Amino acid sequence: MTLISAEERGQPILRLRGVSKQFGAVSALADIELDIHPGEVVALVGDNGAGKSTLVKVLAGVHQPTSGTIEFMGKPVTLDSPSKALDLGIATVFQDLALCENLDVVANLFLGHELSPWRLDEVGMEVRAWTLLRELAARIPSVREPIASLSGGQRQTVAIARSLLLDPKIIMLDEPTAALGVAQTAEVLNLIERVRDRGLGVIIISHNMEDVRAVADRIVVLRLGRNNGTFPADTSNHELVAAITGATENSVSRRQARKQQEAQE
Amino acid sequence: MDPKPEALDRGDSRLRHDEGLLGAARAFFDRVRSGDLGMLPVLVGLVVISTVFSTLNPVFLAPNNLVNLLFDAATVGFISLGIVCVLMLGQIDLSVGSMSGLASAMIGVLWVNMGWPLPAAIAAALGFGALVGLLYGVLLNRFGMPSFVSTLAGLLALLGLQLYILGPTGSINLPYASVLVRFGQIYVMPDWLSYLLALLPGAVLVYTGLRTMARRRAANLSSPGLSVLLVKALVLTAALLFAAYYLNLGRGIPWMFGLFVALVLAMNYGLTRTQWGRSMFAVGGNAEAARRSGIDVRRVNVSAFMLCSTLAALGGILASARLASSSQQAGTGDVNLNAIAAAVIGGTSLFGGRGSAYSALLGILVIQAISNGLTLLNLSSSLRYMITGGVLAIAVIVDSLARQSRVSHGRA
Ligand SMILES: Nc1ncnc2c1ncn2[C@@H]1O[C@H](COP(=O)(O)OP(=O)(O)O)[C@@H](O)[C@H]1O
Ligand SMILES: [Mg+2]
Repeated sequence: MTLISAEERGQPILRLRGVSKQFGAVSALADIELDIHPGEVVALVGDNGAGKSTLVKVLAGVHQPTSGTIEFMGKPVTLDSPSKALDLGIATVFQDLALCENLDVVANLFLGHELSPWRLDEVGMEVRAWTLLRELAARIPSVREPIASLSGGQRQTVAIARSLLLDPKIIMLDEPTAALGVAQTAEVLNLIERVRDRGLGVIIISHNMEDVRAVADRIVVLRLGRNNGTFPADTSNHELVAAITGATENSVSRRQARKQQEAQE
Repeated sequence: MDPKPEALDRGDSRLRHDEGLLGAARAFFDRVRSGDLGMLPVLVGLVVISTVFSTLNPVFLAPNNLVNLLFDAATVGFISLGIVCVLMLGQIDLSVGSMSGLASAMIGVLWVNMGWPLPAAIAAALGFGALVGLLYGVLLNRFGMPSFVSTLAGLLALLGLQLYILGPTGSINLPYASVLVRFGQIYVMPDWLSYLLALLPGAVLVYTGLRTMARRRAANLSSPGLSVLLVKALVLTAALLFAAYYLNLGRGIPWMFGLFVALVLAMNYGLTRTQWGRSMFAVGGNAEAARRSGIDVRRVNVSAFMLCSTLAALGGILASARLASSSQQAGTGDVNLNAIAAAVIGGTSLFGGRGSAYSALLGILVIQAISNGLTLLNLSSSLRYMITGGVLAIAVIVDSLARQSRVSHGRA
């Protein structure tokens, strides 16, 4: 794939300017600038507590930003509730998945967006559920079991499937592969490429640099709630780690150096 | 010829396929073992209670005693049906007794004392109930006030209002000849209608079952099979026909109980077959997840509290009809606890996210059977209170144990 510059992609789906989020005395996000274009995968990386999940929740309408502006398709928007974000076409796979354990897979997939509200179309929903799960090559034996009986990876798959249900314009995945096996992770990465090729914007958060480099067009680094640089996908691990930790001399580089030394001895 | 294509939902080799009657039975026992008890405890309870009381006093099972039991069960049953709604959200309404008492007082004051037309008085009482529910909902949404606290305050405030509007006389008699009192004491269905209605559930079950089966087959999904459906419908129809026959040996089936069952069925439809019902389960299971799915959690909260208080008011109105009076005692004593106990005994969890409209029906039958049986034995209300309290405690223990078992079986 040839890299197209941001200008050629047309206007961004999402444009954040100076977005900050304060939790009492804690400044979780400060002056975040971010653009997401159609057909673009942006990886959001950063250490634990860097503010990645907070940023995703702000964009999902779960938290309201303390200051800053968010533009969606060129128009300023206030994302004051999750349903507002969903209606605009911003779909999210939350880090904690946000599933209802007492409901079955079908009910969770369609939660808040059931087919025919006054006379639930269970058959229609079940068929659509199987189609979605097939697309993800999910290994879920029955969609009529409560979520509580599923494994962590299966739950993650359900959460991902749910984000695809509403034909969103942009999908945000907060550590979507953390609990997934090898094959499932590959499926999710394939899926991300497929939705990108359909012209959707994708934000993916992951601690796995290999996965990130495999699918991302750009890598945005957050550090202590601030932008700490944007990198192309072929940036070396060393450089990324330096940006994430904020120093070229860091625990990761020291460990590598020690390993090298041990190997030489 | 092509081999039959595999059903969409039968692709996973790990899944055991429970087909036919044996399969259905096996699935049922699996569910019970994992703590998904459903209606089982209450059905066992009903059998035990009837056996004990009828050996102690054979009058218990006499048709006319059971007819009376149904009259009494209906009034608290309405209240219990509302309690199911709030319990579903993991909330509680402790003021339903007072609300029902106030509604009964409003009927006496507005209709008898002030001469309002009966429908207007009923509408006013129901409307006031809805307002009280709205208030609880707003207190929860706006101020995060736990329903436990707001409704405890409501318990006292509404009781005060009831005493206030009744004034110093404290009791108003309702005219015996009125439709309301006759509805609460006398009106029963004609025999032919009761048999017809007894046939209806089985017929509806078969009709909708066959339709669903056809739709599922057309969509290439597996379906539980005809034999299970037919056996269910047959057992249900036989049981209902027998009940109708037996009650018709006495005075017959009270219209008031009929209204109660109709509302239970409507609530069941609402909870299981509509988007609103799905939201109720979702909010009770995980309110934050529900919110992030775009559900308006506040509206769901308000709807549940409004339904609960309105149904409590309805229960109060019909209780005054049953007693032909509005008094200071209406809605006090064990009304509150009976209504809550019935819902829990029937299988609606105190922890939220799990329950059914039928639990109000079955639970109130248990509670009323106990109360009626103890009255037949000439036991004082002090003993009745203690025993009902004990039954509630047992129900809550069963609920907690079942929940623990579900958690350990991964089905919480
Ligand atoms: N609801 C909240 N209330 C208070 N502080 C929060 C809340 N959510 C996140 N934080 C704080 O914001 C910071 C960023 O957290 P988070 O976005 O979860 O980090 P990441 O996902 O990058 O690991 C942390 O310091 C965390 O303690
Ligand atoms: Mg996070």
